[in-house]
Amino acid sequence: MTTLHSSKKFLPPPSERSTALGWVIKNLLNTWYNALLTIVTLGIIFVVLRSSLIWAFSAARWEVIPANLRLFLVGQYPSQIPGENDQVWRLWLDLYILAGIIGLSWGVWVRRRETVAGVLLGFPILIALLPFSLSVRALLVGLSVAGLIFWWLGKRWARRLQRVTISLWIAYFPVAVLFIRGFGAEEAAFMPNVPTRFWGGLLLSVLLAIVGIAVSFPIGVALAVGRQSSLPIVRSFSVLYIELIRGVPLISLLFMGQIMLPLFLPQGANPDRIIRAMVVIVMFAAAYLAENVRGGLQAIPKGQYEAAYALGLNGFQTMVFIVLPQALRTVIPVLVGQFITLFKDTSLVAIVGLLDLLGIARSVIANPKFIGTQREVFLFISLFYFVLSYALSYTSRRLEAALGVGER
Amino acid sequence: MSNQPQIDGHNPIIICQDVHKWYGQFHVLRGINMEVHKGEVVVIFGPSGSGKSTFIRTINRLEEHQRGQIIVNGIELTHDVRNIEAIRMETGMVFQQFNLFPHLTVMQNITLAPIQVRKTSKEEAEATALELLKRVGIPEQAKKYPGQLSGGQQQRVAIARALAMKPKIMLFDEPTSALDPEMIKEVLDVMVELAQSGMTMLVVTHEMGFARAVANTMYFFDEGQIIESGPPEEVFHNPKEDRTKLFLSQILHH
Repeated sequence: MTTLHSSKKFLPPPSERSTALGWVIKNLLNTWYNALLTIVTLGIIFVVLRSSLIWAFSAARWEVIPANLRLFLVGQYPSQIPGENDQVWRLWLDLYILAGIIGLSWGVWVRRRETVAGVLLGFPILIALLPFSLSVRALLVGLSVAGLIFWWLGKRWARRLQRVTISLWIAYFPVAVLFIRGFGAEEAAFMPNVPTRFWGGLLLSVLLAIVGIAVSFPIGVALAVGRQSSLPIVRSFSVLYIELIRGVPLISLLFMGQIMLPLFLPQGANPDRIIRAMVVIVMFAAAYLAENVRGGLQAIPKGQYEAAYALGLNGFQTMVFIVLPQALRTVIPVLVGQFITLFKDTSLVAIVGLLDLLGIARSVIANPKFIGTQREVFLFISLFYFVLSYALSYTSRRLEAALGVGER
Repeated sequence: MSNQPQIDGHNPIIICQDVHKWYGQFHVLRGINMEVHKGEVVVIFGPSGSGKSTFIRTINRLEEHQRGQIIVNGIELTHDVRNIEAIRMETGMVFQQFNLFPHLTVMQNITLAPIQVRKTSKEEAEATALELLKRVGIPEQAKKYPGQLSGGQQQRVAIARALAMKPKIMLFDEPTSALDPEMIKEVLDVMVELAQSGMTMLVVTHEMGFARAVANTMYFFDEGQIIESGPPEEVFHNPKEDRTKLFLSQILHH
């Protein structure tokens, strides 16, 4: 043992650091056939890219995007109310509150400065590069500032603000929807009611996704637990519901919601089309979510239940304190995957005639002024879907790391 | 043992009469009769598959018995959920695989049941938990998660967790079988101290040193029946049944 301790001649493991050129030579040109493959591949990439780039920089009519940007983002939201002035400030208010809460959570929970500065400053500025008017760009930069101020506050009083931040998140979504919808009458001076038929574009897509996620989550968990229940009525109802919904495509459920539901309801009771779409999306997502959560429930060893029962916890307490926290933690990656899918699936409401991001895109293409701009428009909305989906998946990976998913 | 605690010989705290259980066609328990008195330490041993674990788990209804009668602390175990919950509050259990809750800290593991079931205040539950952790010798581990502890430490936390409910009876289901050899002693020490403090204990174990030191009565199980029972001196030095002799010779000579 003494020899081991006295000798400090352990060499560090060999490090492999090389220049960019060195990397290229080592990995792409190390043998003659690899070099040949590299050259051929580059040639193919060039041929394919060349025509795309020529199209993008000379033939494409990108002016369709700035001309309709507002439609893409909020649809016909406020300007269509007769005799009313612009109501978009309500959406900005929502965004500012959101930026504040995001900044606050970041200050309270995330320690690394560079990431925070990068995201808070970078994201709105990146969006400001889009062809907006000057005032909109100023408002976007303002979002960064708001985020940073609350980040600083959150950092300063991290301990005290934890509960506050969680309650703010919970309160945010109902309040935000209330701002979008407005209070009461359509003639009110302050925040008049904006009927849902004016909601559209990205606003509608995001709203459908968030409501779908938030409302389907508790229902899905309840169904998953119900499916494991020893009470036969609860169990068979859960199984029946899950299997029925999973056996039908979302698009046909959406059609049923739009076309068939009014036939069953009494005359006069005619919930508006967006609410109907929301209900269908929630019902659909809940069934899939229940199956994902069931996977997590089945991964919990029997010993956990036994230990909880032996301590005197009843079935409900065992679920809430022991089983669900562990089960949900293990299924976070799957759930986020499902939420991303759900966000993209909301585009199906375009087919039943709602003007979400995809629906707006189709109506823009149909506009005689912009005939033949399908490529530009679809590329643009794909980019939007991608950016938001990627942001979701990135956040979830951070969340997994923070919660220690995968370690037990 | 000179300071053997007093056993109340008149009022048994556990009464089992003709307890039977089947797993499908397999007859696991074939008529178990047992009386355990307050303060008594019972050691149950026998070959694997003899039904000893199943039996100890019927006492807090982790397993259901299908015939016979089990009365714990004056309450009969039936399908009545309230009876089952009442009995579980009075019996602590320690498992072979520890079964700590991996998502909770050691402190939360111990205080969860007192706070949720006994409705103790958080401060009081934490004070009790810290005392119990001192008693099992690991007060400094309170803020860690079970995954950060050694097997022996985990099992001691499991004992503290069971004791936090202030049970009248403690059930141990092979508490040292999943431990590395060097950790068995630290767990047995805690159990010996517990036995000397007057706790009523039912212990399924093959640790014969432990049995010799603190057991009042030993039961030898085989094929779902009690083959032999008696005080340790008798069972060790004067076993009456051939099967007991054979089994003891097998485990003692290794």
